[in-house]
Amino acid sequence: MDGSGNNVLLNVNRLTVHFHTDRGLVRALDHADLRVSRGEVVGLIGESGSGKSTLARSVLRILPFSAEIAEGEISLSGEDLLAMKESDLNNRVRGRGITLIPQDPFTSLNPVYSIGTQMEDIVRWKGSAGIGEGPAGAKVIEILERVQIPSPRDQIGKYPHQLSGGQRQRILIAMALLPGPALVIADEPTTALDVTVEAQILQLMKSLVLGKGISVLFITHDLGVASQICHRIVVMYAGQDMEEAPVDVLFSNPRHPYTKELLESLPNAEGTIRDIPGEVPNLIQPPPGCRFHPRCSRANNLCALVLPEKKTVAEGHRVRCLYPLEA
Amino acid sequence: MQNPILRIVNLKKHFRSSAGFLGRRAAIIKALDGVSLDVGKGETFGLVGESGCGKSTLGKTILGIYRPTHGSVFFEGRDITHLSRKEMVKLRKNIQYVYQNPGSSLDPRWNVKKILAEPLMIHSSAGVAAVEKQVEEMMEAVGLTKEQLSLYPHEFSGGQQRRLGLARILTLNPKVVILDEPTSGLDVSVQATILKLFRDLKFRFHLTYLFISHNLGVVQMMCGRVAVMYGGKIVELGETSRLFAEPLHPYTKVLLAAIPVVGKRREEGLSLSGEPPNPAEFPSGCRFWPRCAYREDLCTAEEPSLVTVKEGRAVSCHRIA
Repeated sequence: MDGSGNNVLLNVNRLTVHFHTDRGLVRALDHADLRVSRGEVVGLIGESGSGKSTLARSVLRILPFSAEIAEGEISLSGEDLLAMKESDLNNRVRGRGITLIPQDPFTSLNPVYSIGTQMEDIVRWKGSAGIGEGPAGAKVIEILERVQIPSPRDQIGKYPHQLSGGQRQRILIAMALLPGPALVIADEPTTALDVTVEAQILQLMKSLVLGKGISVLFITHDLGVASQICHRIVVMYAGQDMEEAPVDVLFSNPRHPYTKELLESLPNAEGTIRDIPGEVPNLIQPPPGCRFHPRCSRANNLCALVLPEKKTVAEGHRVRCLYPLEA
Repeated sequence: MQNPILRIVNLKKHFRSSAGFLGRRAAIIKALDGVSLDVGKGETFGLVGESGCGKSTLGKTILGIYRPTHGSVFFEGRDITHLSRKEMVKLRKNIQYVYQNPGSSLDPRWNVKKILAEPLMIHSSAGVAAVEKQVEEMMEAVGLTKEQLSLYPHEFSGGQQRRLGLARILTLNPKVVILDEPTSGLDVSVQATILKLFRDLKFRFHLTYLFISHNLGVVQMMCGRVAVMYGGKIVELGETSRLFAEPLHPYTKVLLAAIPVVGKRREEGLSLSGEPPNPAEFPSGCRFWPRCAYREDLCTAEEPSLVTVKEGRAVSCHRIA
């Protein structure tokens, strides 16, 4: 699965998004491409401000009013999402074809309804293609069993504050799977959790998704987490997609200078600290051409002039760089 | 240890939760429940554990931000547990705390110059010109410029705000610096830059660090010794490289196995069930037994104590001691 061919579920092409702010036009995404195949888990990684959440929000068309999609295409199963009417989006895409696992389990559930009520609402409004037949209550119990909530019958009457962070995240995962989506967007789903609970949640997500025909766009800034669950990784920097490759290839053989330096800046047991000189650019006046060029040791004048096309350096491995590193 | 700069003896901090709201009962929350350790001069000592394990409470109780419920803290051999307010102010010059979120610990209405000069105005008798000179030097020491002195905190990035937080305490020339989650919320490339700065400053100003973090990778890289905390207590303590290479306590084992490693899929079966205990109702016996794969009858009945099992390594587990 390299995202090519007819198996493509989500296709994002040359997506350019601007935000209108008091300080000026923020160029949050610059001609970014992304493809997710059926059944594939794609990791979207990058530091803050790299545009990964903007890209995910564009797909669901839930950007704030200040945002403008200036250029590009987004399609799901061949259907143009940018041309779709709001009512169609609400009926067929949001919470149905595409669901979201949010980042923060502490604020994403409604505090004044029991979790059973919140989940039955989903079954009523969005259907429950994710699981079998039966009344709404039975379906909720079934999905709670699947996300390994112990004795679910005793839990459905509880309110969010009575549950731990890990349990709340399990419930949010259950809610995302209930309508039987084709694509789940997981936005930093383990960032707020402790490391032992994070390991449990990743294990759970793997068992629920892998081999079940569900595609996942997994957004994270944690490269270690991405290693655990993703088939393929797309690396973003300052609104540009820099490199994409199967997970093992990306981490063992990065070809974009940014990816390489990012991996080298991770803590290691040897105790040598390496950082990337310079700072992430201001996206109101981003550097022209490749946005990494001011911090790149390989850059020359040409890098400041053109945004390179993504070139294929090996099967499924594409790099947006004029001078990619040697294999 | 001979002449530790910081000695903590059986330190406890219990909080009382408020009663009444929606029929909730009052409870004693044992955030910190009997911690003893020595920190040597010039060490970088790591405190790791998951949220609620008591690591931040320990940092704050050492400094007297929280009054301890029980136990003592010694600084350079002197008992500082029950100092008067006035004496504590004098002592704080020596032990400084760097807060987790630098953005909210810098006054948004003050410019950087004023923020950095404030501690000097309180703690030293230097004149205006001398203070100004010291502030400028400190800006350069943390990698900022004196031209930035007229700016306000919101005009700095997250990484730069951490630098300001450091500059502010370093003007006092402290001996011990307590760093509370010093890299949380930073991107990895910025994190590396800040860690480098910590290392440089430590040598330059002869600092001792108490490094509180849930990020085990960072602790492994920065700390010479480390204590692993669980349920308000230390469960294992030792030299970082040896402890990471050969963890002995069952909790340390699963904690280290849970770290997601780049480019390596985790092996199945090593994950830990359950979640950290509620500090208002700890289980009887060892606090880890409900999640422990090796538990025996003794573990549910009797609480193990921290015992030195070999050179420089102490573990609190019935199976090992």
